[in-house]
Amino acid sequence: MVLVPVSTVSTRNHPTDSWRIQRPTIQYDKCIRCMICWKYCPDNAIEIENGDESAPNERIAKMEYPVINYSFCKGCGICANECPEKCIDMEFEVIE
Amino acid sequence: MPTSIPKEELMAPGHTACHGCGATLAMRYVLKAMGQKTVVSVPASCWAVIPGAMPFRTLDVPMVYTPFAATGASISGLREGLDIQGKTDYNVVGFAGDGGTADIGLQGLSGAMERGHNVFYIMYDNEGYMNTGVQRSGSTPYGAKTTTTPVGKERDFKKENKKIVADMMIAQNVPYVATATIAYPEDLIRKIDHAKAVHGPKFIQILAPCPTGWYYPPEKTIEISRLAVQSRMFPLYEFIQGKFYLNKSFKPVDVSEYVKAQDRFKHLNDDEIDNLRKYVDERWNQLLEWEKIYSEQKE
Ligand SMILES: Cc1ncc(C[n+]2csc(CCOP(=O)(O)OP(=O)(O)O)c2C)c(N)n1
Ligand code: SF4
Ligand code: SF4
Ligand code: SF4
Ligand SMILES: [Mg+2]
Repeated sequence: MVLVPVSTVSTRNHPTDSWRIQRPTIQYDKCIRCMICWKYCPDNAIEIENGDESAPNERIAKMEYPVINYSFCKGCGICANECPEKCIDMEFEVIE
Repeated sequence: MPTSIPKEELMAPGHTACHGCGATLAMRYVLKAMGQKTVVSVPASCWAVIPGAMPFRTLDVPMVYTPFAATGASISGLREGLDIQGKTDYNVVGFAGDGGTADIGLQGLSGAMERGHNVFYIMYDNEGYMNTGVQRSGSTPYGAKTTTTPVGKERDFKKENKKIVADMMIAQNVPYVATATIAYPEDLIRKIDHAKAVHGPKFIQILAPCPTGWYYPPEKTIEISRLAVQSRMFPLYEFIQGKFYLNKSFKPVDVSEYVKAQDRFKHLNDDEIDNLRKYVDERWNQLLEWEKIYSEQKE
């Protein structure tokens, strides 16, 4: 029995990419997979995925790595600011 | 590979918080610590609009909207109702702003704590009424510019010191009280784990920097949260059933480093920064004193 209005649609269906002015890009060949960027993203826009080829070395290639979901990244720059390897670049978006 | 905080996400992306919002990280970490069996009650605040307009929701746990002053009453009722249904394993969490806690919700909070309900009250402290356009609250620190403490020719910045609700909860002898901030999510989550082991009311005040209302660039949110602890503007402590632990394991920095990183303090001159420095030192000494008193009591 529903007595009050209930919101049921997850904001996973509500992309926020149009909010972004600056775009973060991870340089995977420098990334050490520490997941600090993932930990501090306020928009949950960094996902953890299984091993990646373009790693600095074989050991790191087997580790999980961070992938930015550009449907939700708002471009706040926290990830780039906190990355200990300084391997996330922020660049202005270009509108075609 | 294990991450330093749980991987489970109970807050979805796609919410409508500002770029670099600290309050959003506070919710994300709190839910990671609480887990799926959680009910959240949120009063009027930024967090009432962050989930988006109808029909959207951004939490994967039930969230109840409650009137501004009613968080304490709301979590009391939710708790007792769930217990009657046998759902004693659910966490009931009030998640309110500093305006909704230090000012308008204070009597409701105090009542809920006094009645001893088995609830969590999380105060996310962005040091102002941000959702309505950055007005001063009791929790705004000395020196800050807000839209109700504007700085023009009159230099009408806030002249009163921050009212610290966590300290009031210790005075009320609430079984679990802690302060935390988003630069240290591992510490925050560990504190919630400690709180979970306590049956009864629990209060945690989380400093959540706000780029929009503190006037700093959004990428600095974590840096400023860290500086708040290092400059002792926001000391981290834990009060567990009468024992008091003050976190001293950080590299101290001068108050001016914290102040200069935010434009809400831009107008302050050296004498005024010195007032803050004195306040911070006095408060730190007071906390050291508390540590002594509470440990002696328990010996
Ligand atoms: C009884 C009542 N008074 C005033 C308001 C308007 N109002 C909505 S949110 C808000 C500010 C809340 O400040 P705080 O609790 O610090 O949360 P924040 O917005 O900073 O996250 C105000 C004044 C209201 N909704 N209800
Ligand atoms: S720029 Fe901000 S929103 Fe985008 S991935 Fe980095 S931390 Fe997340
Ligand atoms: S913070 Fe930097 S080094 Fe660490 S995982 Fe993210 S991109 Fe890689
Ligand atoms: S005003 Fe501040 S607290 Fe509110 S959503 Fe924006 S950044 Fe977050
Ligand atoms: Mg507030």
